[in-house]
Amino acid sequence: MIPLAIVVGGLYAAALYLIGRRSIVKLVIGLALLGHASNLLIFSAGGVTRGRPPLIRPGDEALIAPYADPLPQALILTAIVISFGVLAFALVLVHRAYTAVGSDDVDAIRTTDA
Amino acid sequence: MKPLLVLPIILPLAAAAGCLLAWRSRVAQRVIGVAGAAALLVAAVLLLQSVWRDGVQAVQIGRWPAPFGITLVADTFSALMVLLAGIVGFATSLYSLASIDARREQYGYHALMNVLLMGVCGAFLTGDVFNLYVWFEVMLIASFVLMALGGERAQMEGAIKYVTLNLMSSAILLAAVGVLYGLTGTLNMADLSVRVAARPAGGVMTAVSMMFLVAFGIKAAVFPLFFWLPASYHTPPAPVSAVFAGLLTKVGVYALIRMFTLVFTHDVAFTHGLITLVAAFTMLSGVLGAAAQSEFRRILSFHIISQIGYMIMGLGLFTAAAVAGSVFYIAHHIIVKTNLFFVSGVARRLRGGYRLDGLGGLYRDHPWLALMFLVPALSLAGIPPLSGFFAKFALVRAGLAIEGYGIVGVALVVGLLTLYSMTKIWSEAFWKPAPGNAAESPAPPMSADARLMLVPIALLALLTVAIGLAPGVLLELSVRAAEELMNPAGYVTCVMGEPS
Repeated sequence: MIPLAIVVGGLYAAALYLIGRRSIVKLVIGLALLGHASNLLIFSAGGVTRGRPPLIRPGDEALIAPYADPLPQALILTAIVISFGVLAFALVLVHRAYTAVGSDDVDAIRTTDA
Repeated sequence: MKPLLVLPIILPLAAAAGCLLAWRSRVAQRVIGVAGAAALLVAAVLLLQSVWRDGVQAVQIGRWPAPFGITLVADTFSALMVLLAGIVGFATSLYSLASIDARREQYGYHALMNVLLMGVCGAFLTGDVFNLYVWFEVMLIASFVLMALGGERAQMEGAIKYVTLNLMSSAILLAAVGVLYGLTGTLNMADLSVRVAARPAGGVMTAVSMMFLVAFGIKAAVFPLFFWLPASYHTPPAPVSAVFAGLLTKVGVYALIRMFTLVFTHDVAFTHGLITLVAAFTMLSGVLGAAAQSEFRRILSFHIISQIGYMIMGLGLFTAAAVAGSVFYIAHHIIVKTNLFFVSGVARRLRGGYRLDGLGGLYRDHPWLALMFLVPALSLAGIPPLSGFFAKFALVRAGLAIEGYGIVGVALVVGLLTLYSMTKIWSEAFWKPAPGNAAESPAPPMSADARLMLVPIALLALLTVAIGLAPGVLLELSVRAAEELMNPAGYVTCVMGEPS
């Protein structure tokens, strides 16, 4: 559990650092890492149980605790699919923005702010 | 099985699929797009009628009993929101017929609009937190593409900010859902309501509720998380920004109200006190931001923020009367704000831009358009007898009833400043003479396109006047919605069945 928590924290830190950079390419990488960090957080928050698949053993009538909860994994699977699609869109968007603006610096895309 | 609860999701999905099948025919896409939105409107009316008659309704999808499967729930608040989504969707698709260019239509504009409506209705109807996240993503993906469709430079710049901040909010929401599941072992909102109430109130639960507050707060554009909104909402074409302005941030407000009445009521003094504070700052910063702007849609964008403050003010005060005021305010705001963005699109069609210094003389040339701007603008500022007056009145009275003088004072001052902003648009765009030599020449008649754009504007303006003249209907609906929100027992029983 502790190593997993450290990995989650590291991923969040790296993601926020990259989102804070001025390059829009690093921004997208940061968003990807942010999604991974959230997925691993769900995984660890749901409780990690090793070597106990949620299957009813031959001869038993019901599941016997402790067993790994399959629901967080199902949630993560859904979230991965969604973030995959969104990330693909974000990559194309960044490319189109780069061709429209001619720079990958976020400071160059402030004409709509004023 | 109650098909009415599923229809607001199925109908836009079918319309979107139909539009994609008719990819080569622009006319067919237009017809299917409008038909889908109209069908959604009819289904929404029937749903609200049925909820009004029979009370809260729930459907267990795939017959998996709650809390194991996904539940769709319609209480009065959900049904009212679906109806508003139907109204805005229908008005926008009519408006788009005249206002969206052929290229955007060929690249799937009508399909995207229907996917967007599906996501919005799904978020309103779901009774499952993770499912709520999924509907948010459906809505966001459609809105991302609508925001960027067309590929103008301003749109690209706006889209990057919009996409980045919304994705960050989704990541926070996802993490919050995960931690909440870890704490309670359920995702069903009704079940969550029971289990969170049964736990001893502790710091961890408050921390989770703050994660939800931040995630939905970004989506609802509350202080200090609103910066993506005025940077992006004025960049896409008028109908797109109208539907964003009318509906999307309100889905965030809906989610806030739902979670903080149904689930997170364990530490009201802290959470709802914070929400009230946030509401005050949101109102003020939005209206002051608007005062510094000189572009039609940017002024309106800042006003969205300030109005969001009113909506969550009712939630923060957390009495039945205040929440009813919030619900009324949301309904009033969605109609009025969509309409103001529609008017800005017509002004651009007539004068070629959104900047106020380039507009002018619209009252002399098109008095009817000016009248139809005045109705939503004065309603936004809260002038009687329009809908905004009753919305503000309900909130202020609820605030005075529990002696929240500070927040009531802020609300009243902000109302006055709103009037100032609307007067600015009125005098710059409508009242002053047109710039250049256009002032002397007689006004060219409106094109057929522009006249078609006036149809949805007139419909929404009539609706605003109707709510103002007969506020009782909407008031009764919001009071009942608030009663259901403040006493979640009925909601829980409907989803989970009678406690055995």
